[in-house]
Amino acid sequence: MKKDIRVCGFGGQGVILSGFIIGKAASVFMDYHAVQSQSYGPEARGGAARSEIIISDEKIGYPRPIGVDYLVAMSQESFDTYRDDIRDDAVIIVDSDLVKKHDIGRPLYKVQAQKIAEELGNKIVTNIVMVGAFTSIFGLLKTEAVKESVIDSVPKRFTELNIKAFERGLEAGKNAVKEL
Amino acid sequence: MKYKYDPKRIREVLGKKVQFLLGDMACVYGGLLAGCSFFGGYPITPASEVAEGMARRLPRVGGTYIQMEDEIGSMAAVIGAAWGGAKSMTATSGPGFSLMMENYGFAAMTETPCVIVNVQRTGPSTGQPTLGAQGDMMQVRWGTHGDFEALALAPSTVQECMDFTIEAFNLSEKYRNPACVMTDGEVGHLRERIIIPDEKDLKIIDRVTATIDKEKYIPFTNSQTRKSKVPDFATFGTGYRTYVTGLTHNEKGFPATDKQPDHERLVKRITTKITDDADKLVMVEQLNLDDADVAFVTYGATARPAESAMEMGRKNGIKVGLLRLKIVWPFPDKLVTNLAKDVDKIIVPEMNLGQMVHPVREFAENHCEVISAPKIGGEMHLPMELYKYLEGK
Repeated sequence: MKKDIRVCGFGGQGVILSGFIIGKAASVFMDYHAVQSQSYGPEARGGAARSEIIISDEKIGYPRPIGVDYLVAMSQESFDTYRDDIRDDAVIIVDSDLVKKHDIGRPLYKVQAQKIAEELGNKIVTNIVMVGAFTSIFGLLKTEAVKESVIDSVPKRFTELNIKAFERGLEAGKNAVKEL
Repeated sequence: MKYKYDPKRIREVLGKKVQFLLGDMACVYGGLLAGCSFFGGYPITPASEVAEGMARRLPRVGGTYIQMEDEIGSMAAVIGAAWGGAKSMTATSGPGFSLMMENYGFAAMTETPCVIVNVQRTGPSTGQPTLGAQGDMMQVRWGTHGDFEALALAPSTVQECMDFTIEAFNLSEKYRNPACVMTDGEVGHLRERIIIPDEKDLKIIDRVTATIDKEKYIPFTNSQTRKSKVPDFATFGTGYRTYVTGLTHNEKGFPATDKQPDHERLVKRITTKITDDADKLVMVEQLNLDDADVAFVTYGATARPAESAMEMGRKNGIKVGLLRLKIVWPFPDKLVTNLAKDVDKIIVPEMNLGQMVHPVREFAENHCEVISAPKIGGEMHLPMELYKYLEGK
């Protein structure tokens, strides 16, 4: 098993952190090999950012994805910029409020991650909602492992908020599967 | 607070044994585990995380972090700290490494142990700050003027960023010579699982300090307490008389700049203290070389796509192997000569226009064909790009 994953959005959304959480869940809280790499523009905020993760049950040589199996997009610009090399059977999740033009003639999962985060009182956990949706939609990693990874990766004083965001994301993911 | 090496405390500060960690941060962990108690540096992409990690953690283990005005000052501070008795390090990238060259030579000439982490990015000049390269592999060997020996390691994984930083400190302490960890923007900014060694599994080498009677101490000569060309180290404040200069000096350390034999004696000793041990210093990984007709000779980040290309080749019936240099300098010349006798072709992929291919060619001594496989611009070779070299395309 070897899966190439790309999480993209705009700088400041926590795209890198979501990739970090997924990679850590796979390689620290489960027994997979994982690498995470990142690309971003010179801007500290805004601009298209991406975080890429490879999860494999074998040692990983070349550490960057060649083609993408799973794409998660949290901004229009990043969705438009970073989907050239996705595989024909790639599974896609978008935040349908942030990626309004997502009709590309193929099915994709829609999760209103930012809206859910705002309901929880803080837009900053949008990325964690997406990590939750990622977990339930792709079914690649154990829910418990990802949850532990979330807890291990966010500041202690925000643990509760992030767990809520993760769980709401899991649920939103399940609903998105039903809707597809 | 005076620093005291306390591996238990360091392990507490580093946290869990298994982590998903950034390459740059793994260099920080390696430094702390080796007993680094001083970091003098100037932030630069893609090495800034090393400075950041040290700034956060060094004070917690009783060490000192100083952000200097530039990389010239950083290297000077690191050398001063070493003479003050600390294990010291800095981290930088190409433009900063260029500025460090003057004092890098001073460290070699004055036999100052210290570690430089170079997270290489493209050049010349400011190049592509956020993107990786392997363009400083010859600079680390020849970038400062005069005759000296380089100690340089090239990690291919995040785990090796930590392990090789520890090793760099060990080599530096053992030989009283600067040692460099030549990583790059690709590995430095990659995250992977690392396993942090327990206290009992750490192998740490410390400098041999001067213990002889103070009147009999000679600071720049063979060790006075064991069979070694590395002098016993009397750091400042220990009561020994030592004069430190970058000028050619006599055994007492005083300038002796007008006679050929003085210079030859000094420089021969500071170079042969390392070259005498060249065979012991070989550190390589060899994959599938037993029956290989063609071999990649590779190091650092580039070893990863090379290994992927090797696997593709093996699947398609090509007898391809791989020699990965973990220590790049001193160069494993005999090993490369022997490999060249066994294979028909050596391919040297590098993220530069061809640097380490030169010593490979020199020591392959026409026993086989040696091909450079360069790529520049801040991207690693794709495995397929290297596979094409196997097919001879």
